[in-house]
Amino acid sequence: MKKRILAALLASATLISIAGCESTATTSSTGGTESTADSTAESTADSTAESSTEESTGGDETPDPAKHIDKMTLAEGEGTHLNIYVWNDEWKDYFETYLKDKLPDGVTYDFTITPSDDGAYQTKLDTDLPKNTQNTSDPIDLFLFEADYCTKYVDADVTLDVKDLGITDEDMANMYKYTTDVVTSSDGKVKGLSWQATPGLFAYRTRIAEDVLGTSDPDEVQEALSDWTKFNDVAAKAQEKGYKMLSGYDDAYRVFSNNVSAPWVNENNEIIIDDQLMAWVDQTKDYTDKGYNNKTTLWADAWTADQGPGANVFGFFYSTWGINFTLAGNSLETKTDKGGKLEVGNGEYGEWKVCYGPQSYFWGGTWLAAANGTDNKQLVGQIMKDFCCNADFLKDFSKVTSDYVNNDSIMKEIAADPEYGSAFLGGQNHIALFVDVAPDISMDKCTKYDQICNEKFQSAFKEYFAGSVDKDTALNNFYTLVIEAYPELKKPA
Amino acid sequence: MAQQVAVEKAPTPKKKGGGIGKYKKWGYIFMIPFTVVFLVFQAWPLIQTFYYSVFEYFRSGLDYIGPNFVGLDNFASIFDFSKVNIFGLTYNTLVMWAIGFIPQIIISLLFAYWFTNVRLRLKCLGLFKTIIYMPNLIMASAFAMLIFSIFSDIGPVNDIIKIFNNGEPFRFLDYTYSTMGLVGLMNFMMWFGNTTILLMAAMMGINESVIEAAEIDGANSGQIFWKITLPLIRPILVYVLITSLIGGLQMYDVPQILTNGTGGPNFTTRTLIMYLSSNISGNPNYGLAGAISVVIFIICAALSLIVYYGFAADKTSREANKAAKAALKAEKRRGV
Repeated sequence: MKKRILAALLASATLISIAGCESTATTSSTGGTESTADSTAESTADSTAESSTEESTGGDETPDPAKHIDKMTLAEGEGTHLNIYVWNDEWKDYFETYLKDKLPDGVTYDFTITPSDDGAYQTKLDTDLPKNTQNTSDPIDLFLFEADYCTKYVDADVTLDVKDLGITDEDMANMYKYTTDVVTSSDGKVKGLSWQATPGLFAYRTRIAEDVLGTSDPDEVQEALSDWTKFNDVAAKAQEKGYKMLSGYDDAYRVFSNNVSAPWVNENNEIIIDDQLMAWVDQTKDYTDKGYNNKTTLWADAWTADQGPGANVFGFFYSTWGINFTLAGNSLETKTDKGGKLEVGNGEYGEWKVCYGPQSYFWGGTWLAAANGTDNKQLVGQIMKDFCCNADFLKDFSKVTSDYVNNDSIMKEIAADPEYGSAFLGGQNHIALFVDVAPDISMDKCTKYDQICNEKFQSAFKEYFAGSVDKDTALNNFYTLVIEAYPELKKPA
Repeated sequence: MAQQVAVEKAPTPKKKGGGIGKYKKWGYIFMIPFTVVFLVFQAWPLIQTFYYSVFEYFRSGLDYIGPNFVGLDNFASIFDFSKVNIFGLTYNTLVMWAIGFIPQIIISLLFAYWFTNVRLRLKCLGLFKTIIYMPNLIMASAFAMLIFSIFSDIGPVNDIIKIFNNGEPFRFLDYTYSTMGLVGLMNFMMWFGNTTILLMAAMMGINESVIEAAEIDGANSGQIFWKITLPLIRPILVYVLITSLIGGLQMYDVPQILTNGTGGPNFTTRTLIMYLSSNISGNPNYGLAGAISVVIFIICAALSLIVYYGFAADKTSREANKAAKAALKAEKRRGV
């Protein structure tokens, strides 16, 4: 009897520990790479597809992005397997919803997902891309990269000129100039394409705006938040009413960091701390000490919870993808992975609005690039052309996903459409706001060190905000962390 | 019948005198797999680590820099007091180890003593043994994630604290003592079951009659514990101490996951291996990481030697050893 109890206990303990392992594998951000199996039989039902119909209102007919994409063809001698490197499943979802069925018959694919935290995705690319030309059996064909480190792959020999893939200047004519400038190599080759532009806005809760400012009208709220002094005044008012202006330390970071006057690193490999960054530090310290925020950290559970129903935070600085991809999902009572739908009535979906905020900025951006050594040049070219240049596709794609696509004329058209509005933003036409700020974006301060510098700056100064260290110590710790990641960099003399 | 068979079989092994020689080569053959694996996967990387520790050799993005010989520059940078240096990190590591180890050894001794004490007649021993061992079955990183969620700013512990603290949570990871305390708590919970079982094995090896004799002589249970049980289990205690110390010096996953790799606040919970890992993950810096590994190797070796010579071989046996060695030497000299 005793033995049987013992056995049962041991068995359950083993089970618990296995369950424990599994849950970390999915939640832990430090995890390694995870390869998803290719699947031609996999069902097309996923969150993007499900959510699509509810997310937009207006328009003359039901938008269907996929119908604008033709069946792709396979050129003679090309491989039948696509290897795609990404850092999360955002683009994988898009691929499986819109492109998978258009692949030539018999072509399979694999996504290799490496989370981008702490530069893990960059490390994966840095390790695998230089070997790609020697990898004749199964080379990487397509990979995605982000604004924070894009310059590294542009000037290196690991990416292909998009013109070699059959993409013409005409295809890129309507793109926002900064999206091609930042991926143009020093010898004038465009090395990647983006389907989106990423201007930023300030998204706020209508119920809190009404309580604090007496109005939730975007124009009037914008008037109240149009510069940092006014923004601070509203923060003080919100605090009196028991609200927090921002969720945590890093919320306003990109508004400052993407308005810097110099890149992170100068030509002598010295790390440069721009005045804008120190302005962020001082403002955030002030907000923290005065209790204007909830002391959360970007992407932490507490931060996500502050975007959920019933939370007491006035608003969030977010760019295009953040509003339709992150904030909309977080606003739900029943999240999409629990079977919830992106619809009004589920949590605070529909009870948000956007305004310009005190300063224009951008945040993020994703580019597609063909890896040098691919055995699917022509097919990768078709995918990039369809996803980033096909105007009909992009128009419907924007309507379905609310994403801000990289095509100025389409965006202007939707901005002017009186029928169009985002259900998540209570019918507000957010595209109209983005259209105004998108031309301001400039990415000429990008360096390959940006991701690590930004991450380490936030984590080092978090301790200053929390009161664990003083400002100089935090700054020194920041230098230490960055130099550990990039030993060639130096503290400024 | 049976006898006959035995008689018939018996002579075969005796056929050739000194059968060991015949089987000798098999010993070597069976050692080959281990030796090869050891040489390829342990000895060679170890040699390389020592070699690269005197080179500037790292990767920056897509480029490699080095290897350029720089002498002891890497070591100088590890011992540089103006930066995060090896002394601070060793101190952090040992303090967090001690916070976990001291309660662990006390509780384990107590439990092991109770569980093996026949006079207490404890019921459900199997159940207790299973339960105290259970935390060790969970992967350390999973356990750290669990503790991280429980003690997070919006976790259940803070839900309780908020009731007594005007709605303000206590941010455990903002303070050195609470972060170290959590790391110690986890190490304690994960390892006290294991230690209890080791100590129980040691205590069960004590001859009952010794304890009985002590009782007859009028010793109370305290005296029996301190004067009989403890000295008799000393070899196992030393084993536990050494393995725990070496494990403690290699502490990595628990503080790494708990502090999200920062070792905060202000690097006070950064361990030696976390420092090593921050130099090898991402853009690997083989030179500096090699130098750190060499220093950790030396620290481990030194601490193990101190523990071994300080506690292990008790004085008399060490003296006996010395005497025996001296006698041997003397004998050899006489032989020459």
